[in-house]
Amino acid sequence: MAYSEKVIDHYQNPKNVGTLDKASKSVGTGLVGAPECGDVMRLQIEVDNATGMITDAKFKTFGCGSAIASSSLATEWLKGKSVDEALKIDNMDIVEELNLPPVKIHCSVLAEDAIKAAINDYRVKNGMDAIKFEESVVH
Amino acid sequence: MLKLPIYLDNNATTPMDPRVLEAMTPYFLQHFGNAASRNHPFGWEAEEAVDYAREQVAKLIGADPKEIIFTSGATEGDNLGIKGVYEMYASKGNHIITATTEHKAVLDTCKHIEKLGGEVTYLQVKADGLIDLKELEAAIRPTTILIAIMYANNEIGTVMPIKEISTIARKHGVLVFSDGTQAVGKIPVDVNKDGIDLMAFTAHKMYGPKGVGALYVRRKNPRVKVTAQMDGGGHERGMRSGTLNVPGIVGFGKACEICMLDMEADSKRIIKMRDHLETELMKLEEAYINGSTEHRLPHVTNISFKHVEGEGLLMGFNKNIALSSGSACTSASLEPSYVLKALGLGDDLAHSSLRFGLSRFTTDEEIEYTIKAISETVLKLREMSPLWEMYKEGIDLSTIEWAAH
Repeated sequence: MAYSEKVIDHYQNPKNVGTLDKASKSVGTGLVGAPECGDVMRLQIEVDNATGMITDAKFKTFGCGSAIASSSLATEWLKGKSVDEALKIDNMDIVEELNLPPVKIHCSVLAEDAIKAAINDYRVKNGMDAIKFEESVVH
Repeated sequence: MLKLPIYLDNNATTPMDPRVLEAMTPYFLQHFGNAASRNHPFGWEAEEAVDYAREQVAKLIGADPKEIIFTSGATEGDNLGIKGVYEMYASKGNHIITATTEHKAVLDTCKHIEKLGGEVTYLQVKADGLIDLKELEAAIRPTTILIAIMYANNEIGTVMPIKEISTIARKHGVLVFSDGTQAVGKIPVDVNKDGIDLMAFTAHKMYGPKGVGALYVRRKNPRVKVTAQMDGGGHERGMRSGTLNVPGIVGFGKACEICMLDMEADSKRIIKMRDHLETELMKLEEAYINGSTEHRLPHVTNISFKHVEGEGLLMGFNKNIALSSGSACTSASLEPSYVLKALGLGDDLAHSSLRFGLSRFTTDEEIEYTIKAISETVLKLREMSPLWEMYKEGIDLSTIEWAAH
């Protein structure tokens, strides 16, 4: 199966690989997927508490090229967005941007789940309620 | 000079040996006759060529030429051998014993037989990929007609104890079928010494052309018969109708002849390269060889690199190195290799595996390039892997509650 150029580019030059201090109150961490399924994504955001803006985002992903590219792209999109804007990122935006084939749609769903999990982690740490999301249907 | 891409997926198929192509060419153009045409020189030439090839093929496995049934490949041979015995020996019984690590051509054939009312026992394998002979013997029933165990596994290269298996089978009057696809031409296989009654194999795994293979069917002690699965002109002693693929068969014969002559020298060279590749890759942390290293084909190794995913790993170099992974990320099922899982590997290790298959055309330079490329990619992806980070922090990954997904 051939990958799109954008997937290859993210795979070869992933953006924002790394780790933020998960103990920090301004950092939200989302860890989704499972080793058994062949992909695990960890996505972290750093939020400016005063403005609600995402100032930094990092990821580490165990998975195929599409999973790596989806998380790399997600971190790029997250930086500079407000938390509320970040919640609007839809997995289909990722599918479209990376030209993911149908068998790889789950990678984009995982990235969306990771964003939501990171935001919820941040919210709970800062005394807000976790947002309830509808179950992803693709898996 | 190193030429890219490098081909290390020789368990999938091998390149053709130029000597094989040379032998085949005249049978496309000048000697194009139908081997069943009895009344003119075109037919005689074709028949003669097929007879010669039949001898070459038989010789490689220590068989009599009359025991070779040409087929379209190993999948057909597996189907004909197993279904053919099931039908032919229906009055004797309906039970077949096989193993969970067999090729799909065997497993799905057995499932088909179950639908027809047959009974099949699927033996588990041990961690090294070999079956337990005591379990095999215990599984034999009065209604058992066939034991179908592959000679060598396509994913991990494990060589089964065929001789011991057939000794048990003989004791109980059960026939032995073996899928010899990966073994024939690579290691010495002798149907008499090994006690095999039926064996399927194919040309394209041993430097021959695709689309041609053979089913060995024993003629003496005991005389074995299979019910034809294809009706027609009664070719191949009535067991496999269909006009013979003369150029393919000629190429198959030549490929067998070359394997017979070169096997020993090829194996020595290939084992040296394979062992070097393996030793160097095993220098990476958390790398594991899958399957027995003692009972194994000379050209195969299967290694898991923990905490990196196989398909992601392949992507790091698959423009330049052709390899397979036990990961299932390319398929929609998300299920990794059933063979690796049968060894007791966790899904995580099964997802992290690479299969290397060397050939007589593999060079030292290619192996050096491969070692470097794979080592670099593993290190790069581990830097990117959350699992590797957790492992390095001393977190036991099995204690984490992973979100169902």
